[in-house]
Amino acid sequence: MTQTLENPLAARDHARSMEGTVVESMPVLPPVADDLPAGISPSDLVWEETIAAGGYATRRLARGARLRLIDLKGDACASLLIFNAEMPSERLNVADTVKVQWNAYLEKGRLLLSDMGRVLMSLVEDEAETHDCFCGVSNAKLSAAKYGKGQEPAPYFSNGRDRFLNGVAKHGLGPRDVHPCVNLFKGVRVEDDGVITPLTGPFDAGRSVILRAEMDVIVVIANCPHVMDPREEWSCTPLRATAWRGPITPEDDAVRNATPEGRRAFLNVEDYFRR
Amino acid sequence: MTADPYLADLSGAVVHDETVPARGPWLHHIKAGETLRIVDLEGNQAVDFLLYSEADDAERYSAQDTVSAQGNLFLREGTVLRSNEGNPMMTIAGTSVAYHDTIGGACSCESNTLRYGHHTKAQHACVENFLNANLTEGRTKRDIVSNINFFMNVPVEADGSLGIVDGISAPGLTVDLKAEMDVIVVVSNCPQINNPCNGFNPSPVRMIVTA
Repeated sequence: MTQTLENPLAARDHARSMEGTVVESMPVLPPVADDLPAGISPSDLVWEETIAAGGYATRRLARGARLRLIDLKGDACASLLIFNAEMPSERLNVADTVKVQWNAYLEKGRLLLSDMGRVLMSLVEDEAETHDCFCGVSNAKLSAAKYGKGQEPAPYFSNGRDRFLNGVAKHGLGPRDVHPCVNLFKGVRVEDDGVITPLTGPFDAGRSVILRAEMDVIVVIANCPHVMDPREEWSCTPLRATAWRGPITPEDDAVRNATPEGRRAFLNVEDYFRR
Repeated sequence: MTADPYLADLSGAVVHDETVPARGPWLHHIKAGETLRIVDLEGNQAVDFLLYSEADDAERYSAQDTVSAQGNLFLREGTVLRSNEGNPMMTIAGTSVAYHDTIGGACSCESNTLRYGHHTKAQHACVENFLNANLTEGRTKRDIVSNINFFMNVPVEADGSLGIVDGISAPGLTVDLKAEMDVIVVVSNCPQINNPCNGFNPSPVRMIVTA
């Protein structure tokens, strides 16, 4: 190492020798996935990345793109923020998402609505069915209190809020833009008296969801323990993200036409893109 | 002299007392230790409510932090209203209503087009009130997050069904909120006329601040 420190060319050689290193959580460039759904051309892949436990990722996706998330080992929590990519003041509105669809739980066919009366993304496939619209994410103080210090460099500071702040900052956005999120893969049940029962697993490995971008969107995904996870240990496993190009939702799409509220949300999107 | 029932049982001195007309916005700065009493004067009125830290308005009410901290969707007496940084902003010191809602959000012209149809786009909405009130202090759409709906009942059924249910509001019901930090309160006295949250008839509410 002494030679490396003294010799800039040795530093270069050392750095370059790392090329080709493969680890569990990393982006794959160009994207490669050998498990695309039938009929999807590998040439339409736009993103392949495994997000570390405690990590985050952010991506701009074009209208029509599909985003598949896989809970590789059964203990991921995909906390999700969504923005209109060309006007990020428009963003996911969790209250409208549950209120307009008259339902508290996300499942196949549900829409993720913006605060401008439009659908940002649709949940077109859902093997998990344990999702959460109400609890949000942990923050540094909560995480430190729950998991304790003295775990350096333990990930007690790897909390959803700080991951979100990093993610939005990469688009020039700040704390004012971190809005209420949805948590995919970790769920809740709400009892009659309002009590929230967290459904945090761990679950079977390999459960997946597929989201369809109905607008040009920016997604910010944090993968940290659910804020109401009852376990004492900080517990999280990697999350895989794959995205591919796809057609804009046609007028006869079943999800688009499932409810009158949803149909109007799609009409509002189509009106927005009428240029 | 007629005794005012809404002032009679207050312990502190009244420093502000204002009636917000039906459909109107309201913005007020409240110091730590002061208490805001909201009176649903005629009953069946939804009071859409946001909070910002006066010291740094990027810190604001977080429905999700509040819900997860107490492990319950409903806001009751004793509930601590938490910020997006997890800090206590206000505490529900007392209320004559069993619980209040924080998952239904605010009506907007845009969401009204989804729920009721495009013919409602021109109607006044809570988000318009939030925007108008916040703009007086430089805040914009980015500053609007999921809010509280005082006096509103939004239960979640076993199958996830969720809607506004009547049944717990009545004239003269109150909620008392003690400020835990210096806060900016932004209210929309809900103008919604397409669902039962206001009994299809928005009515005034009274805001009393005591120190």
